[in-house]
Amino acid sequence: MSASEPLLRVEDLRVEFPGEDGVVYAVDGITYEVHSGRTLGIVGESGSGKTVSSLTTLGLTRRQGARISGRILFEGEDLVALPEDRLRAIRGNDIAMVFQDPLSSLHPLYRVGAQIVQAVRAHRDVSKAQARERAIELLGLVGIPDPARRIDEYPHEFSGGMRQRAMIAMALVNEPKLLIADEPTTALDVTVQAQILALMERLQRELGMAIVIITHDLGVVAEMADEIAVMYAGRIVETASTARLFSAPEHPYTWGLLKSIPRLDAPREEDLVPIPGTPPSLINRPPGCHFHPRCPYAQPDHARIDPRLEPVSDEPGHHVACLLEADVRRRLWAHLRAGGTPEQALAAVGLPGAPV
Amino acid sequence: MIRYIIRRLLWGVLLLIVVAALMFVLFRILPTGNPALLRAGRDPQPKLVKEIEVVLGLNKSLPTQFWDYLKEVFLHFKFGYSYYNQEEVRSLIAERLPATLSLTIGAALLWIVGGLGVGVISALRRHSLLDRFAMGTALVLISAPEFWLGLVFLYLFASDIGIVKILPGAGSYAGLTSDPWKWFTSLIMPWIVLASGSAAVFARLMRSSLGEAMKEDYIRTARAKGLPERHVARQGVRAAINPIVTLFGLEVGALLGGAILVEYVFNIPGIGELNYKAIQSSDFPVTQGTVLLASMFIILANIVVDVAYAYLDPRVRYS
Repeated sequence: MSASEPLLRVEDLRVEFPGEDGVVYAVDGITYEVHSGRTLGIVGESGSGKTVSSLTTLGLTRRQGARISGRILFEGEDLVALPEDRLRAIRGNDIAMVFQDPLSSLHPLYRVGAQIVQAVRAHRDVSKAQARERAIELLGLVGIPDPARRIDEYPHEFSGGMRQRAMIAMALVNEPKLLIADEPTTALDVTVQAQILALMERLQRELGMAIVIITHDLGVVAEMADEIAVMYAGRIVETASTARLFSAPEHPYTWGLLKSIPRLDAPREEDLVPIPGTPPSLINRPPGCHFHPRCPYAQPDHARIDPRLEPVSDEPGHHVACLLEADVRRRLWAHLRAGGTPEQALAAVGLPGAPV
Repeated sequence: MIRYIIRRLLWGVLLLIVVAALMFVLFRILPTGNPALLRAGRDPQPKLVKEIEVVLGLNKSLPTQFWDYLKEVFLHFKFGYSYYNQEEVRSLIAERLPATLSLTIGAALLWIVGGLGVGVISALRRHSLLDRFAMGTALVLISAPEFWLGLVFLYLFASDIGIVKILPGAGSYAGLTSDPWKWFTSLIMPWIVLASGSAAVFARLMRSSLGEAMKEDYIRTARAKGLPERHVARQGVRAAINPIVTLFGLEVGALLGGAILVEYVFNIPGIGELNYKAIQSSDFPVTQGTVLLASMFIILANIVVDVAYAYLDPRVRYS
């Protein structure tokens, strides 16, 4: 991590939605930072608050009646406190966003080019012809063949991958300093996924922007991210450099994520281990550690004590929110990494098993 | 596209023939009274009735009568002569068409602009006082029949019988060319009364359609691009308008039906009033002429709607 000022620093961000059934604690005090030219991956299951946190960065949860506290410092300015018109000048200009489903995220009744031209003219005082030139240039940059012709087509005339390229072109047309990509490849075919990720990496090198990539797919962040934050039930439970997170993860939830994806270098007979249970309701969250009902290593007092995100002793930038002793975690992971099941790891470490 | 339009027009003509046949069945076979008997006066001689039947062509067989009628209408555009006063139906209609067009076109403009405008404001300011008031009013207007609403307006605002005497009342209609100011003022109340029902339907539909559109992902994208909220709303309206266009064709029918009542209440010498009187006096040629004219407008409106659809939504293509 560079020592300079971060481009984006989110401090103790909380986003709550008051609703009929109770308050939804979508984001519950998260802190992270992103530096220029770097990529942060935010990983978690659906409903872990990863999308809400990024929409809040752009101020897009305000009109949904969200209660927002904490700070979102972008180049030293607090976006949470910024009035709507100032925030609008930043949206799509300094911070741009790419969404999950490019078909529903593009307006079906406007030509692709017109939608990019809108993005240019929202922030630049240029003629339609100039904006159109810029749109053609960007469509070419993201690898759309014959952009001068295809700019006048409608989204339904594009393939899925082409649509996402067009979305990326639209996001990058004003050369943002930060690109937030929310599950940018989830709705795409696997081969197209790889193309889109490679495209984003290339454009990041060329334009020098920072990227926050939000995904449930560890494969995507392994490819793209420099740092990773793992979210669970509205909180960050572990954050580390990508290499460190894959080699020495500390949180049982991260272990679960890693053990539930297939690996080519693992022995064939090693089974995938899914994480038992489902993510908790964000209205009635479990007491203590929010993960304890699904954690195979949970101890009785974990249902009472709320863990804090604390630094891992030997590695700067590695933080974890877990109530297990550090050396117990190391030994558990050593067994899991060697191909052991959670039960075998528990027995080897000598911890009593948790009732699941 | 041209082929599509031609095909639709041919189907439209076929539909008009079906309408003509239905009208024929309704008036000749169902017992509405023998037109010759109605014209023969009190206590008629059977001989006189027979003579009138010959004059009106009622002595021929029903298929022959129908065939003669179709030939006249579809090949020569003649609707025959009124049983009542022997005037040519075509000239009767031509005489009264300007009044009906004045009424319906003005009401349609008011209906579309008013209905959509109120609907857009209601959708964008959902649950505001303005929205509640507009939707409450719309509910009342949808429920109120035109003849009742017309009488209420006359009672409230007509210069002769009204409480607040500000607008010309029933029977004050003047042609656009003879007295434009009187034409305009005499039509204000009929326009409002005729437009209100359709406008209320459109306002409620626009409110829900735009409300749905504003929740779409592409609206979130528009906001994420940093577009001003006014432009974001415009993109929502653009998407919300399509389902409403479909309803336009149907509402044209409702508007023409309403025109009959409004012309009657406000005593406007139009097609509706002509039709009303013709039905009352079993004046078959006049009834048939006016109904066919109205059917033609409805069929044309629906073809226009379908063609407009292809222009409004690039995903729709006709072949």
